[in-house]
Amino acid sequence: MSYLKIENFNKSFGNTQVLKGIDIDLNQGEVVSIIGSSGSGKTTLLRCINFLETPSDGKMTLDGQVLYDSKIEVKDNEKVLREKRLNFGLVFQSFNLFPQYNVLQNITIAPLLLLKDDVKNYKKQLKEQAKTDASLTRAEIKKKILEFKENGKKSINEEAVSLLKKIDLSEKINAYPCELSGGQCQRVAIARALALKPKILCFDEPTSALDPELTGEVLKVIRSLKEDNRTMIIVTHEMGFAKNVSDKIIFMADGVVEEQGTPKEVMENPKSEKLIHFLSNVSEKDGE
Amino acid sequence: MDFITITLKLLQGFLTTCEIFALTLVSALPLGLLIAFGSMSKFKPLKIFVRCIVWIIRGTPLMLQVIIIYYVPGLLFHLPLLPRFIAVLVAFSINYACYFSEIYRSGIEAIPKGQYEAGKVLGMTKTQIFFKIIILQVIKNIIPPMSNEIITLVKDTSLARVIMVAEILKYAEDFTAYGLIWPLFYTGIFYLLFVGILTLVFGWLEKKLSYYKV
Repeated sequence: MSYLKIENFNKSFGNTQVLKGIDIDLNQGEVVSIIGSSGSGKTTLLRCINFLETPSDGKMTLDGQVLYDSKIEVKDNEKVLREKRLNFGLVFQSFNLFPQYNVLQNITIAPLLLLKDDVKNYKKQLKEQAKTDASLTRAEIKKKILEFKENGKKSINEEAVSLLKKIDLSEKINAYPCELSGGQCQRVAIARALALKPKILCFDEPTSALDPELTGEVLKVIRSLKEDNRTMIIVTHEMGFAKNVSDKIIFMADGVVEEQGTPKEVMENPKSEKLIHFLSNVSEKDGE
Repeated sequence: MDFITITLKLLQGFLTTCEIFALTLVSALPLGLLIAFGSMSKFKPLKIFVRCIVWIIRGTPLMLQVIIIYYVPGLLFHLPLLPRFIAVLVAFSINYACYFSEIYRSGIEAIPKGQYEAGKVLGMTKTQIFFKIIILQVIKNIIPPMSNEIITLVKDTSLARVIMVAEILKYAEDFTAYGLIWPLFYTGIFYLLFVGILTLVFGWLEKKLSYYKV
């Protein structure tokens, strides 16, 4: 059974239907690239998967758990929605780092906020326990909570430091986003998404806002994630990269999956008219 | 009357000026944020209501508003008159909150949507997104227009005398009864010094927040 299963995703904005019945299957550890010309609905699909948009119709299952089903008419409250979102990480085209925080803070801010929730739950749990267990004094509880908090903070910081090492930016730990190049910003954004340990990491044209000479360093990081067997969905215009890194390529046009298959099938043996046209346009551009 | 006596007298009035200034600021800054939220509300009736209030307040002179707050409750509903100083504070706070609200709104709307979305996909709550990510960027954005408005407030305090709240200008004017005109001009120095200090404070704040660029 597939890890992520998307069935019949539809999305309309007003009268324009952007997604027209998208089906996607993804196995754990697989990398899928979504290609297609602009306006084909790639980004909207990614936003629906990340709960930034609500599909008008469709169903999404992750690891056997139904995350979204348009047939079930329950509006998730914010807490449930947040938990669902945390299954996925999203790296934006325009990075969207928080400019007022330095690199380390950008990576740790979200885990630290989640730690606060954990501390609250732990406190509740200890208080319950104290009702039956007389040895658990107030001072004891306070000490335990403090310890829990300190340990949490420590591991979050350690995780961030090791992520920075992975993206090769250890020396920029205290730099602010405005002091970094676009490629460095995007690598930090990847680390920020990874810090929350998402089950699936999504990329929305991660190199489109970068100067050509900076795309390489970002693609290198993504490639290294593939070696770690991360499940990833990548919307990209980098055909060569998509071919290299993906297990599967999906070609979208006008809101439908026009063609999909292994990189070899899609890139070297395109069947549909639109894909042939798209690929020839792209290679023409590359030839310039 | 010698220079020292007059200076002391004017200082007394200046104290009232400072009081009006400080108390208005303290109440109008948070109230303005509330009004800003109202004017950006997705609930249409609230949004229209708040924007109407802002229109009325910005569309009429502050002097008239001070007079209305002081006299109208008594005239229409036979309520006892508010203490003069309180009436001034109420009118000033509402007036400045409306101006501040538009500055807040411009600052909040200038934040790219991506900042909210980044917060969302990182599992933050709406409150966390606002207070941890948005607000500091808003503050940086609005310092220049805010300082403008706050400096205007320093000088608007002179409108308090319309209901006989004696601030520095009123004190100075009273000296004209003794044939002394120069204290009136002398008050300019007080205003200049006050605004000078404020300018330094805002400059410092702007510098303090210049450690990052967007």
